[in-house]
Amino acid sequence: MGMKAIWGAIAAGVISSLAPVAWAELPVEKAVLTDAPLVPPPITRTSPAKVIVELEVVEQQGELADGVQYTFWTFGGKVPGKFIRVRTGDTVEFHLMNHPDNKLPHNIDLHAVTGPGGGAASTFTAPGHRSQFTFKALNPGLYVYHCATAPVGMHIANGMYGLIYVEPETPLPAVDREYYVMQSEFYTAGSYGEKGLQPFSMMKAIDERPSYVVFNGSTTSLNNEGAITAKVGETVRLFVGNGGPNLISSFHVIGDIFDNVYTEGGTLANQHNVQSTLVPAGGSAIVEFKVDVPGTLVLVDHSIFRAFNKGALGMLKVSGDEDKSIYSGKEVDAVYLGSVLDQSELEARRLRKEFEKTVREDPKLQKLSKAILMADGQNVYSNNCFMCHGQSGEGVPGVFPPLAKADYLTKRAAAKNRDELIAIPLFGISGKITVNGKEYDSVMPALSTLNEREVAAVLTYITNSWGNSAKEFSVEEVRAAKAALKDQQVARPQH
Amino acid sequence: MRFALIVSFILAALAAGAVREKVLIQGGSFTPLYGVKSSDQTLSIESFKVDRYPVTNDDFLRFVEAKEEWVPGRVPSILADTKYLNHWKKLNGGAARPGSADYKRPVVNVSWFAANDYCLWAGGRLPTVLEWEYVAAASYDKKDASRDPEFVEMLLAWYSKPSAGTGGIGEIGRSKPNYWGVHDLHGLIWEWTSDFNSVFVAGDNRREGDSLENLFCGAGAASGTDKANYAAFMRYALRNSLKGHYTTSNLGFRCAYDL
Repeated sequence: MGMKAIWGAIAAGVISSLAPVAWAELPVEKAVLTDAPLVPPPITRTSPAKVIVELEVVEQQGELADGVQYTFWTFGGKVPGKFIRVRTGDTVEFHLMNHPDNKLPHNIDLHAVTGPGGGAASTFTAPGHRSQFTFKALNPGLYVYHCATAPVGMHIANGMYGLIYVEPETPLPAVDREYYVMQSEFYTAGSYGEKGLQPFSMMKAIDERPSYVVFNGSTTSLNNEGAITAKVGETVRLFVGNGGPNLISSFHVIGDIFDNVYTEGGTLANQHNVQSTLVPAGGSAIVEFKVDVPGTLVLVDHSIFRAFNKGALGMLKVSGDEDKSIYSGKEVDAVYLGSVLDQSELEARRLRKEFEKTVREDPKLQKLSKAILMADGQNVYSNNCFMCHGQSGEGVPGVFPPLAKADYLTKRAAAKNRDELIAIPLFGISGKITVNGKEYDSVMPALSTLNEREVAAVLTYITNSWGNSAKEFSVEEVRAAKAALKDQQVARPQH
Repeated sequence: MRFALIVSFILAALAAGAVREKVLIQGGSFTPLYGVKSSDQTLSIESFKVDRYPVTNDDFLRFVEAKEEWVPGRVPSILADTKYLNHWKKLNGGAARPGSADYKRPVVNVSWFAANDYCLWAGGRLPTVLEWEYVAAASYDKKDASRDPEFVEMLLAWYSKPSAGTGGIGEIGRSKPNYWGVHDLHGLIWEWTSDFNSVFVAGDNRREGDSLENLFCGAGAASGTDKANYAAFMRYALRNSLKGHYTTSNLGFRCAYDL
């Protein structure tokens, strides 16, 4: 009712003063714009205003992945573009500036605009010029904006997109944290991870074969120091956009469930208890969830090769006290032999044991053992390790450390602390480590399904492949280390 | 002796206008990105001559010295915006001149009106979009490489990079000439054409129909004759973002001549 009264007052004001345009009566304010992952503060006004938005287009070189450069075309200097927040009924005076050093004309199509081209024709701007147009934000919701100058696909593929949130008149419930996450793909001439300045590949873009799928403009934006954060018990709202240009995202947060999803960025929390939500190219979603336990939640596109091989990974680090009633951590770690083993399997095991004993005791065969371990190790590696560490041990920059020519490995394999290496597949590893001068802070779980022989084999394989070289790991060495380490494990504090 | 004679001959020629190195372009038929109804329709082009190199700052200085109305600061804003020749420097209170490092760089920050007047003064005219696209479609060894993926990717690489100010522009004649023997159509600057705004004339499609929409979103791809010729899309887009009085830090020109 209060709202109606205010509208009445404004209407009366307009009529009595015979203002030429209705917004002459509105209070004027400059929009607060933020770079991802930050979101401008919620709007506290309860009536419309005239909001001035100034957005500068800048073409500039930046980092797409570790050691990989790309010439980004940006709305405001970063990919994705600035987050714009206005309120339903606001009159938005939009200024688009095209930096004089830019090579190309640009414009903006805001999906929040009601009108031809979403502002595209009215904002078409030559380098070194500026344009202005005004629109009324009629429809609440979370909208994508993007450049719409020919060739449109290339302008979007080079980074020209962002989000504008038009708050409903009745705002969404307050939450503790709000973040801005936008997925998109990049089409580089070189394949994933190829270093140096990478040009745009038109053919890959047309074929929809991206080399990178990322959150917030690079493979590292939301990782380690870039991770977004929350505390146990807090509610988190993610404004999720998808700039495309081609792919639809199956947005998922590993380790939590969305309490509310405003599907496709609309105003209705039309679904609860959602695991993954689709975010269309040129579309959005708003997801909300409460974080109940500490740890690192991982944001992914659950089209999972994009996450592990193309960069669509982000982190939400939750700090605070554990609640074992919700999540216990690992309680049991024991051998499991299957409920019924048929005779042939038992016979095969007996023969294998006999074979291993013969190999152990025969000095001639001893020489062969490294080759056998290597062959077995490769098998173990491709079943357990390559998803994160890569086919050639190259790792994923900033997330999973490389194994190929990794000083961390070669130093330990050559010295007396080989046990430290044996401990990694046996018990997993977490926390900060430095590999080839780069810091990694991720979690590798214990590969508890591997037996001692498989551990020896995979360690031998890793330390003798891709330019690495070391003495093989024997089953005895693993067994001895396991016994010694088990005692230490018990003594270690549990996290 | 002979040297002095040649020098004085050149100076005399320069005083009368510009002596420009020209290249003969044999006429033929061509399918531009826009301006035809389908991709198998061709337009015929008469033979003409075109400058081997873009007009340099040095060339343009002679023009400004000969035609005072084009001295920076005296040009009405309707003919050139405030950035007209703003990379030239004033020395000792005199008129602005290019720095010596700029002599052999293509002139930029010139409006269409200034470029057009220069070419008339030099005994020619600005090339049409069709003529420009015809000559610029040539790679080093092919007359029409506009459907050659390697050639298009090479152009895209240049279009993608911002220009880092006028100091970032290279000198003319440093790169290989194309099939016709013409230099620097790509890689240094954009170039004015006589009818740069003739493909789409609308300034704002709400008022003037939907023709400019051809450049944006879906319609951009629907109306071009070669959907994969991103390089040409970018040139047409750039031309259509311009107005006659605009100047930008990477836009220059060269002249054409009727036979």
